[in-house]
Amino acid sequence: MMKSRRSLLFLFALLMSTHGWATTESYGYPLADPYAATVIGTPRDLKAEPKPIRGGHVKNFKLKLFEDRAKPDIFWYDQGLRTAVAYQKHKAPLIFLIAGTGASFDSPKNRGLARAFYKAGFHVAAISSSTHPNFIISASSSRLPGHLMDDSRDMYRAMELLMEKLGDSVEVSDFYITGYSLGGAQAAFLSKLDEDKRAFNFKKVLMINPPVSLFNSVMILDGMLDSIPGGVDNFQAFLDRLMDAFTEVYTTEDQVEFNDEFLYNVYKYRPPKDEEPLAALIGTSFRMSSASMVFTSDLMTNAGYIVPKNRVLSRSDSLADYSKVAHRITFLQYFDELLYPYYRIQQPGLQREALLDQLSLRSIEDYLRNSEKIHVVHNADDLILAPGEIDFFREVFGSRARIYPTGGHCGNIDYQQNVKYMLDIFTGQGGK
Amino acid sequence: MTTTKHIQLLLRMPVAAILLGLVSACTTMPAQTLQEEPARHAVEDVVRDDVNYAVDVYDPWEPMNRRIYNFNTKFDRYIFLPVVSAYEFVLPNFVEDGISNVFSNIGELENFINSVLQLKPEPTFTALGRFIINTTVGVAGLWDPATKIGIDEWDEDFGQTLGRYGVGDGPFLVLPIFGPSNLRDTAGLVADSAMFSAIDPFDFDDKNDDWEAPYYLLNAIDKRHRTAFRYYETGSPFEYELIRLLYGKARQLEISK
Repeated sequence: MMKSRRSLLFLFALLMSTHGWATTESYGYPLADPYAATVIGTPRDLKAEPKPIRGGHVKNFKLKLFEDRAKPDIFWYDQGLRTAVAYQKHKAPLIFLIAGTGASFDSPKNRGLARAFYKAGFHVAAISSSTHPNFIISASSSRLPGHLMDDSRDMYRAMELLMEKLGDSVEVSDFYITGYSLGGAQAAFLSKLDEDKRAFNFKKVLMINPPVSLFNSVMILDGMLDSIPGGVDNFQAFLDRLMDAFTEVYTTEDQVEFNDEFLYNVYKYRPPKDEEPLAALIGTSFRMSSASMVFTSDLMTNAGYIVPKNRVLSRSDSLADYSKVAHRITFLQYFDELLYPYYRIQQPGLQREALLDQLSLRSIEDYLRNSEKIHVVHNADDLILAPGEIDFFREVFGSRARIYPTGGHCGNIDYQQNVKYMLDIFTGQGGK
Repeated sequence: MTTTKHIQLLLRMPVAAILLGLVSACTTMPAQTLQEEPARHAVEDVVRDDVNYAVDVYDPWEPMNRRIYNFNTKFDRYIFLPVVSAYEFVLPNFVEDGISNVFSNIGELENFINSVLQLKPEPTFTALGRFIINTTVGVAGLWDPATKIGIDEWDEDFGQTLGRYGVGDGPFLVLPIFGPSNLRDTAGLVADSAMFSAIDPFDFDDKNDDWEAPYYLLNAIDKRHRTAFRYYETGSPFEYELIRLLYGKARQLEISK
């Protein structure tokens, strides 16, 4: 299996190079298996910026986007959308980084990118994913994340407010934007919004490993839980076993957020047994993100989805039972039972298929095709793409797409060669 | 800096007891007005009795624990972290690191005593070796050459000693300012502190009386400085449950080592 996949990839890489898509220089990312790449990422000594930059200037913000935003008392601790800006003490371009599903502005992937861009002389503004609980509570209009354009609108407002707060303290020459995974798709939608609103006039946009169809991608991720030994019914037992490994990581690493990257660190620290496929781990990590998202949305909209409608939870109530339920909810259920019903009210007569189309890059295909400033980096073996979807990027972006043969889902995001290419795009030395 | 260590802050701060009194005074109970309706995915339908869920940890005092957890969040936000930020702003990094090293070196005493009590030779010699090297070559513990030559710190405390001799976790407990603990580890914390007082290596009881308060204050600031954890910034609405779970697991792991 492994072997045939590798040789296929090799063949694929060959094909690509004859078509002029692939890199002309050889690609040195070491992990050929997309699951391993997704989980392990880039080995430390091959990372572009493995160490935090000491002595950088950082401002933290808690953005209040809504006056008198009503929220359940158990979210008392949330005081606004948390963001951070690493700024240069001179005039410089500013780049926005949009985090991926469930990740905060401060996620390890965002940090890695932030270091690289900061070191290259950019101001860096990091934004949490619209699927992160903090965003749902403090920045989402619908309080139900998942709609690419609507979420991007919320994000755009947050970015505008952030710039307002920064005021004259940071001198910006030009604006750029990038994001990974879901954040990559949103970067393109934000750019499209900006064509009308013109608050930023983005000079360049880079999408890193975005999904084509959100729905296809989440279905793939839902499906990964089927590879748990014994099926989804054993999810609890699988999660419990993982927890033991979590602990070791949590006590030894500096990681303090419970997100997918936390789980991946777990794997690095204590590789699972053979019978526990990596797909199950990836599926679990996304499930944990979605559990947090669904529970937060449920409470914020009083949907009566997991918590009984109209129940007022007090700050001292246990949430353990709700967490057990939340971890069993699939993305598909979230879509069919919360998101679609909400949008059917917003857009009367909306068909399910039509909503699915809105949650896809195809809905802005013409814009992507004709906007020279938008670039994409992707991996031919990215796990969140359905078969054939990678061709969408080749076809629509042409020479503005750089497709690496390996890397899985964002596994190579901080690999030296990748980061160099990204920087080249923004500094005008490459990527056209 | 480990999670469990961050919890072991400031035992001697007399304010802790006073603050504990404050916590119970500031709870609000929002009025319930609308009729409840069953949830679409109700707990009763999904959660099964025959499944052991890791997230279920023995926590009979949960309402109180959660209040203290929330109190700690506010204490952190409005008092502790601002103080730590000022400390980090004023001092250069190498001074902060030096202070951390000194306290770690003093902590070898606790590691040593508890390793002996557990009859474990390896951590005993680790603590002893580190203390000797760092006190001499490391100039009174300001530097940490022991780690550089590969002798890593090995944390032992009385909670672990009790665990080693079969004392169970007991109920989960959130201590004011210190954070997550359980009954056994809280007893351990008290015992370690009592041992330190009894040995009194800096003669706080007599000659250096005036230095006692500054010592504990600096110790507390240093520990918080070294702890990356921030309340309610993990991104999970189930943070309390996850921390409770991880605390127990982390301690089991440390005890078994």
